[in-house]
Amino acid sequence: MNKYEIKVVLLSGLLLSSFLFALLYNAFSRKIDTPACIPYNAAFEKGHVRQLDDSTCEVYVSAHMWGFDPAEIVIPVGTTVEFYLTSTDVVHGFNIDGKGVNLMAVPGGVNRITVPFNSIGTYRIVCHEFCGIGHQNMMGKIIVKDKIYQQ
Amino acid sequence: MTISPAYRKTILFGLFMPMTLFILGVYNGIMQTIYRAGVIHRTSVAGINYYQGLTLHGVINAIVLTTFFAVVFGHVTVSFYLKKEPPKWTYLMSMLLMVVGTLMDAFTMLAGTSEALYTFYAPLQDSPLFYIGTALLIIGSWIAFGGWVKVWFEWRRENSGKKMPLAVLGTFVNFTMWFMSTLPVAYEVLVILTPWSLGWTNQVNVPLTRMLFWMFGHPLVYFWLLPAYIAYYTILPKVAGGKLYSGNAARLAFLLFLILSTPVGVHHQFSEPVFTPGTKFWVSILTFGVAIPSFMTAFTVGASLEYAGRKRGAKGLFGWMARLPWFQQENFLFGYFICGLILFIFGGLSGIVNASYSLNQMVHNTSWVPGHFHMTVAGPVLLVILGVSLYIYSTVAGKTIKFRTLATIVPYLWMFGVALLSHGMMAGGLMGEPRRTNMGMTYTNPDSDLFNKHWVATSTTTMIGGFVMGAAALLYFISFFATATGKRTMEPVIELPESEDLHEEKPVPLLLNMRPWIIVSAILILFTYIPALISVFKYSAPVRNKFQVENPNNMIK
Ligand code: HEM
Ligand SMILES: [Cu+2]
Ligand SMILES: [Cu+2]
Repeated sequence: MNKYEIKVVLLSGLLLSSFLFALLYNAFSRKIDTPACIPYNAAFEKGHVRQLDDSTCEVYVSAHMWGFDPAEIVIPVGTTVEFYLTSTDVVHGFNIDGKGVNLMAVPGGVNRITVPFNSIGTYRIVCHEFCGIGHQNMMGKIIVKDKIYQQ
Repeated sequence: MTISPAYRKTILFGLFMPMTLFILGVYNGIMQTIYRAGVIHRTSVAGINYYQGLTLHGVINAIVLTTFFAVVFGHVTVSFYLKKEPPKWTYLMSMLLMVVGTLMDAFTMLAGTSEALYTFYAPLQDSPLFYIGTALLIIGSWIAFGGWVKVWFEWRRENSGKKMPLAVLGTFVNFTMWFMSTLPVAYEVLVILTPWSLGWTNQVNVPLTRMLFWMFGHPLVYFWLLPAYIAYYTILPKVAGGKLYSGNAARLAFLLFLILSTPVGVHHQFSEPVFTPGTKFWVSILTFGVAIPSFMTAFTVGASLEYAGRKRGAKGLFGWMARLPWFQQENFLFGYFICGLILFIFGGLSGIVNASYSLNQMVHNTSWVPGHFHMTVAGPVLLVILGVSLYIYSTVAGKTIKFRTLATIVPYLWMFGVALLSHGMMAGGLMGEPRRTNMGMTYTNPDSDLFNKHWVATSTTTMIGGFVMGAAALLYFISFFATATGKRTMEPVIELPESEDLHEEKPVPLLLNMRPWIIVSAILILFTYIPALISVFKYSAPVRNKFQVENPNNMIK
């Protein structure tokens, strides 16, 4: 290997190191991380929403062929949501449109991620893992409402 | 080198059968783009439903065609460089198992009993014949490797002091990696899924099966790619009219693949529960590491091409590009190679996005992902398969290539089609368009509640790209099958264009011995997968789920 080749190896190493640095920076300073895992427990298979206080809530989502439970999640704007996701049958996907939330729902495992919802609107959840013949019908919704209309 | 009739027939059959199946693979690819663009709103066409077609597409194109080619190309490189045929029983047995396995898979996919796509994720259940067939295909490829190893030891005894030829090193690295990484998937299909599918067991640990699958799934993509790299290093410089810039750099690149390609499978599972962020970040680092041999390849191959251009009298910084043998019939292989390389620049860069830990969440399982890998597996991998298959068929059968003009323009047309297809899918993916989805039924159907207008334009671009690729494939099939069914006009030989090294380089002992690299590879695999396995058992539980694709009711009561 001559000097050009060694330079190429060093340069590509440097480039990739700068990418790695960007990932670390985002994970630590901006809290953009991959989903975390928690031990599996069959209690997660029941979908429901639990409001903790004014600005935080826990949403337990259970995916099944071919829908999500709860099918519609309604929360007040400004809520930070902690999602817990599992599946009661086969593997499903859970991709919230426009939010960069991208999870797999795996039977026998529980996925978790925290997401703030700071603007009003309807967010669609698309199942993006093949889960059988009705896969293309599988969609959920998150409706983020103005606080005043909540009650 | 002359060739015995049995060996010749094995090689030719190993090219002909998968290429025939590939017609079905291409057909289903084109159909997918039509469904997805919302041109048709149907569950099935001509008796094949969307997901059955997608299973056929993935299995035939990505597992059958690629594995057969790796084995046949291995036969040809090993025999050409070592001037020996492997023991007869190994190549016959290997081909027999691969053919039987493929027929079993094809039969169950067409019968509709195996439609869980080429990743066969449990708890969707396929027919046991599918799992066994896939295992036979893999085991058949191991046996071919066994034959080459035997021939290699003989050659080394007779040629002491000589270096292992580069193409043979590449082939051996590829199959060593393949052997190590197919053990987990063999365990998955034979020990876990087959008894489960037969009804002997009812429980399955889904995260465990997924981990085992991806221990194989990533090395699989390098198994597709390395034959193309071997061709880029040992054939392309010759057909471009130049020399290989550095043989040692090529050896180092292959050996780096050997250590880094298996322990990175978890990078397909960044969005999944069960693995800790630590494991995920670690495989992100390793995956960036495995990008380095690809950067090196880009440099070495680029430098070899520049040398070729300058030798033909090119001036200036970029003049050499114009002097390369574009669109030349006598030199049709060059087009296949260069178009593959151009696509791979974009395939590689988009791959770095996928590998990037949290950034992966923007693209995971969206159509960005098939957009990316059609620029790799349907790019350099497929184009090298097509070009070299035609070349090998013609030399080994002793038949002249028919419709050379068509065969010459195929790669350029194909490249244009892939560019459109991938552009459409990647743009859609960034807007959340899901992969593996019959979108025409809902998301691109204006009558559905789920309609999303943003995905119409992107999936339409994809479809146009699909049509162009289909046209290129058709031209190729005309040339290939006309050649294959033509009359013999020459003596059958095993023959490959052989590049020389540009510089005489000092042999580096570490680059001539695979053993230390295999040991490092095993250490890295344990270092990555022991923690991953511990997480699987800590965070997940087996489930009593077994489902058929058409039916949302659990088969286990
Ligand atoms: C005429 C050429 C082709 C067209 C039009 C085409 C089109 C497509 C499309 C639209 C998808 C995505 C379908 C979906 O996710 O719903 C897809 C998936 C795929 N294609 Fe192709 N493709 C072609 C050639 C190839 C080739 C040559 C290969 C490999 C050698 C290949 C390998 C794959 C694989 C592995 C998948 C993923 C299957 C899965 O998600 O289970 N394709 N193709
Ligand atoms: Cu689903
Ligand atoms: Cu990978």
